[in-house]
Amino acid sequence: MSKRSLVIGLSFGVALLLAFPFIGDRFYVQFVTKILIMAIFAGSLNLLVGYTGLISLGHAAFFGIAGYIVALYSPDTHAASFWTSLVLAVSGAALMALVIGTLVLRTRGIFFIMATLAFAEMLFYVFHDTAIAGGSDGIYIYERPALMIGNWQPLDLAHFVHFYYLVLALAVAVTLIMRTILHSPFGHVIVGIRVNEHRMRALGFYTFRYKLVCFVIAGAIAGLAGYLSAVQFGVVNPEMLGWHLSGSVLMMVILGGMGTLIGPILGALSLMFLEEVFQTLTKHWQLLIGSVIVLVALYLPGGLAGLLPRLNLRPKKAARASRAAEQTRV
Amino acid sequence: MDTYTFLIQLLNGVQYGLLLFLVASGLTLIFGIMGVINLSHGSFYMVGAYLAWSLTQHLGSFWIALPAGILLSVALGVLLEWLFIRHLYRRDHLQQVLLTYGLILIFSELRSILWGDDVHSVAVPTLLAGSIPLTEMLAYPVYRLWLSLVCVVLAGLMYYLIQHTRLGMMIRAGASNRQMTQSLGINIDVLYRFVFALGVAMAAFAGMIAAPVSSVFPGMGNQVLIVCFVVVVIGGIGSVKGAMAAALLIGLVDTFGKVLEVKIGGFRVLPELAGMSIYLLMAIVLLWRPEGLFARRLR
Repeated sequence: MSKRSLVIGLSFGVALLLAFPFIGDRFYVQFVTKILIMAIFAGSLNLLVGYTGLISLGHAAFFGIAGYIVALYSPDTHAASFWTSLVLAVSGAALMALVIGTLVLRTRGIFFIMATLAFAEMLFYVFHDTAIAGGSDGIYIYERPALMIGNWQPLDLAHFVHFYYLVLALAVAVTLIMRTILHSPFGHVIVGIRVNEHRMRALGFYTFRYKLVCFVIAGAIAGLAGYLSAVQFGVVNPEMLGWHLSGSVLMMVILGGMGTLIGPILGALSLMFLEEVFQTLTKHWQLLIGSVIVLVALYLPGGLAGLLPRLNLRPKKAARASRAAEQTRV
Repeated sequence: MDTYTFLIQLLNGVQYGLLLFLVASGLTLIFGIMGVINLSHGSFYMVGAYLAWSLTQHLGSFWIALPAGILLSVALGVLLEWLFIRHLYRRDHLQQVLLTYGLILIFSELRSILWGDDVHSVAVPTLLAGSIPLTEMLAYPVYRLWLSLVCVVLAGLMYYLIQHTRLGMMIRAGASNRQMTQSLGINIDVLYRFVFALGVAMAAFAGMIAAPVSSVFPGMGNQVLIVCFVVVVIGGIGSVKGAMAAALLIGLVDTFGKVLEVKIGGFRVLPELAGMSIYLLMAIVLLWRPEGLFARRLR
């Protein structure tokens, strides 16, 4: 796609999202909020899967731990501070990612997939089988954190429209931050690691450190998504850490198209939207979702984002250049 | 814990491990030989259990249901390989993950359409319904012993097939160099189809013989899938020997994790955190030997 059509398309999308609460009713606004949160979550996993080539099947660990931190930090009787709880949750997720990352990054390939799964499942069982935080039932957040600037409360997180705008703003911010990271020298290094780690090491990059930093950033962003999800529903339970969630967010990334910023957003949107539509159609909606996933896997190796260049939006020269680049990459 | 309880738990652990081996060996073969990560492998276990339940009802006997179920699952394996899996050989692992994840959803919904969402149980066949008394209070069911025996025999047959037959030689050759094997005149497509169908049949068979000892329920496939991946990874990918060792290890750790009582500083660590034990084991193994216990040089 050319830069111009991209900018036009994106601003159209953001404008539509900004206007959405005025047209959609409560249910749909909350539904789109949910999609945006999953898009942030999927975007963070895409940093690992799509750009660094690290396939994690335990990414929900960071999503869930942040949710648990805000739930445990919030007192039952009055609201916690938004800023403190957010900082605690995100830095808690980042710290967890630092610890787990230091250990799992010693493995590679399918072993990395399984090592991430192992640590996430251990965390799952800590919350599921002990009484630390309500066991398998989870715990409630009775009072949503209060977003205060001095004495002024610009947004009420318990109000669905206010919360929607907060999530939208954060989603846009996260996407821009990830874009900045990927365009920085650091971003080029991690993409280099995905393509050929040996060569990057031969060039003198200490790849372990780069991968670890990327793992921590992805964990922190997943933590942000987990924080928002916990605040939206007012409840956290061990499923937030489970491999089902790690699996479905990985599916969003692959389905949408790895290694593109728009891919995970498309993946989260299409998977959750299709689920919603199919559920109204039939009781056996998973059959339809499964078939769509199988067809995408068979016929769209680049995921849904792979469709975009086919729409012939970008000039031929750029398309040729990128094809040539793809060929040399092999 | 007295000697007899210990013995019973030991037998239970071994039996669970052997059952895991049946499922995991197919998974490790499909991964090691064909290079395909098959997430839907747990579904075959679930399908097997449901087949045992419904065929026993329709045909009247568990012993007729078993061979019928095996034939059906082989047919299912061949069909799936032909329809989907053969398109995945040269693809990225993530495409395989995506497709087989889609298959999980399809299988679970087909199961719901065909057999409903209820939990069922399959009666232990009368021939094996008894139990062997150990003390006045404790006895061990014959069926569980038979189950372990069947698993051991199958494991032996598989070892013989892979190590000592011409077919096994071709399979091993295909695993180490697909193109070279093909140019020596071996039809690798048929070979892969056979391996895949074998894996499906083993998993389904495990589900069938497990049905009388555990209940038949919708989520059983996903439950076993993750544990089998743990087995495959601990054992080392593609290694049947490793799968056997790891399956027994997991079976014992999991079983004893649930019955032992361990306290550390006043806090009951076991059985409270028993669910964690196998993942902790996997994490330790991976940190110690990042490619599994019986790592095999692939390619």
